[in-house]
Amino acid sequence: MNFSLAAEQTELQRSARRFFASRCTSADVRAAMASERGWDEGAWSSACELGWASLASLGWVELCVVMEEAGRSLACVPLFSNVCLAANALRAAARLETSDALDRIESGSALGTLVAGADIRARQDGAECVLDGEALHVVDGHTADVLVVAVPDGSEGLYVVDAGAVGVVRRKVPTLDETRSLASVTLRGVRVPVANHIGDRAAVARAVHRAAVALAAESLGGAERCLDAATEYAKTRVQFGRPIGSFQAVKHRLADMLVVVETARSAVLWAASVADTDDLDELAVAAPLARSYATEAFFRCAADSLQIHGGIGFTWEHDAHLFLKRARASLSLLGTPADDRETIACLVVDTEAAWT
Amino acid sequence: MDLTFSPREEAFRIEARRWLAESLTGRFAPLVGRGGPGDEHELLEGRLAWERKMGEDGWTCLAWPREHGGRGATLVEQVVFLEEYARARAPGRVGHIGEGLIGPTLLLFGTDGQKRRFLPPIARGTETWCQGYSEPNAGSDLANVQTRAELVGGDWVVTGQKIWTSHAQWADWCFVLCRTDVVAPRHRGLSYLLVPMRQPGIEVRPIRQITGTSEFNEVFFDGARTPREHVVGEVNGGWQVAMATLAFERGASTLGQQLSFSNELRAIVETARASGAARDPLVRQRIAQAWIELRIMRLHALRTLSSARDGKLPREIMVSKLHWSNWHRGLGELAMDVLGAAGNVKSPENELLHRLFLFSRADTIYAGSSEIQRTLIGERALGLPR
Repeated sequence: MNFSLAAEQTELQRSARRFFASRCTSADVRAAMASERGWDEGAWSSACELGWASLASLGWVELCVVMEEAGRSLACVPLFSNVCLAANALRAAARLETSDALDRIESGSALGTLVAGADIRARQDGAECVLDGEALHVVDGHTADVLVVAVPDGSEGLYVVDAGAVGVVRRKVPTLDETRSLASVTLRGVRVPVANHIGDRAAVARAVHRAAVALAAESLGGAERCLDAATEYAKTRVQFGRPIGSFQAVKHRLADMLVVVETARSAVLWAASVADTDDLDELAVAAPLARSYATEAFFRCAADSLQIHGGIGFTWEHDAHLFLKRARASLSLLGTPADDRETIACLVVDTEAAWT
Repeated sequence: MDLTFSPREEAFRIEARRWLAESLTGRFAPLVGRGGPGDEHELLEGRLAWERKMGEDGWTCLAWPREHGGRGATLVEQVVFLEEYARARAPGRVGHIGEGLIGPTLLLFGTDGQKRRFLPPIARGTETWCQGYSEPNAGSDLANVQTRAELVGGDWVVTGQKIWTSHAQWADWCFVLCRTDVVAPRHRGLSYLLVPMRQPGIEVRPIRQITGTSEFNEVFFDGARTPREHVVGEVNGGWQVAMATLAFERGASTLGQQLSFSNELRAIVETARASGAARDPLVRQRIAQAWIELRIMRLHALRTLSSARDGKLPREIMVSKLHWSNWHRGLGELAMDVLGAAGNVKSPENELLHRLFLFSRADTIYAGSSEIQRTLIGERALGLPR
């Protein structure tokens, strides 16, 4: 029983923190926000040189270590779409005939993402599959080369689709959280070879759960960064002749933030290690547990940090709003905490499974 | 990171489980599930006998060195035993103040003579303890202790009043924080004395609590005596010793509690199923959240086992008490909401959840109130100014 990171994992954490601190500064993030692409091409190619496009091959604990650091800086690189969604989904697929797509994504030569929409349908037509439907909130969908499409019903499972294929229409949508770009993706009679149907329902579940764990890790990093910023500000901002952090109203709020950050860390560490096993039943608990808890922790810390910063926290110039918006958006990315809790309730209230 | 128990730890778990199953039979069978919060004063004779049984079979004081009656168990083994103890619904411990608070304090600060005199009877389950800290004017502000102790001849003579003293009705000994220098700055005039409870100079008066029952007491010292050598640490150096004991109390692993928490949550779920509240989406959300946080609490407690312990209390340990006490208080409120109007009726069926609701109000007060916890976390974990 040991929750401590191994030496190599700690080293990865250090180098990730150094990388994001120098390549994803507030100015970099804001420049990326204002760009059509939505992320920083130079920073991404440097990240690829470090091998981070293939982080999913290292293991979920390692991936979560880096995602936490990415969350700390609202990193302006497409790690979430490329690694946590696309590479993850391709790896979750039972069949890896389309390893070409994975190779391209993990070498950094192509960008990928996951397209998941409740009304996406697939049908087989001879040697081809035909995909129809629409997904409204596809992370970095406008810049992706490879779309991994999750089909919920019918010929359900994962499909690999070239983003340039006939019938694929992608449109970047303006977002409240400008640090993570979303696009709508419409599929109109898109034809792919049958071999591109690479995973079944279980593969979809595994991919979505692992993505949720990665989002939890990213949110943990965001939460802790907000706590750090608010703590630092409370130590230096003087009112009534004293640092505001000496007042209990502020001190106690920060203490409550630390409680959620530290407990969220315990949840994320566990969920990451479960994601590294083949136990899909355990992952089906760990993922909603960690995602709901960590995303809510992030929102709370972002909101409380803004409050502690006072007026300056309400300005565009200060980064507090970037974290608040990312935290708010993460509460409804690939599901909501309420969805997660209902998932848990089905186990805890409706069955005996959780009580053994 | 390795979140599994080793084969050795699993073997220890099986040994503990087997001993509990074999031992909680016969005369001890009626003790199963008894003696927890709200029930601490019940079945005392049987529970004292259970303490002696535990001691005889070597299941008390697992962490202590063998020479003092322990097993030299690892942290993880202690946790495994606590989990199995709760799983077996073994009785609430009468010996936990001796085993968990004064024992570790003596191991750290006691003289050889004190260790030889006091540790073996704790390990054998033959002497029990209570904690003489709080006073009417020294609660959160513990350094304001006014109870006096003076050396008269070869004895300390103690005069004053302690309050909120659990187990004082039956304890054999009390560790008492006393003022031994009235002139010195207040943290530097305190001494930590070991005082026998069975003597004419001590009167114990039970306090009736919001539950209607009495686990806590007032303890009046009027010329109570204890030998000169029964001071732990330096004379007037008691504050440091008292803080070490408090750290044992607050840092105490919550892993043992968690299975009783789980039993309570399960009772809430069963109540909700029976009443139909289980179909209410809002109730489902709250039950799921309670379950999630209980699971996280366990993971968090397991994580703290591998925390660095280089003198300073790590921040992940500092947040534990605030987290579990708030969660548990919320669980009591959820229990009452699930009971609904029927919850206002006193009945045997409602007893467990009523007890949960009422007793959990104390969780955020004792062992450092939530307000004190937040201040400690703010100043010691986050480094905020005083």
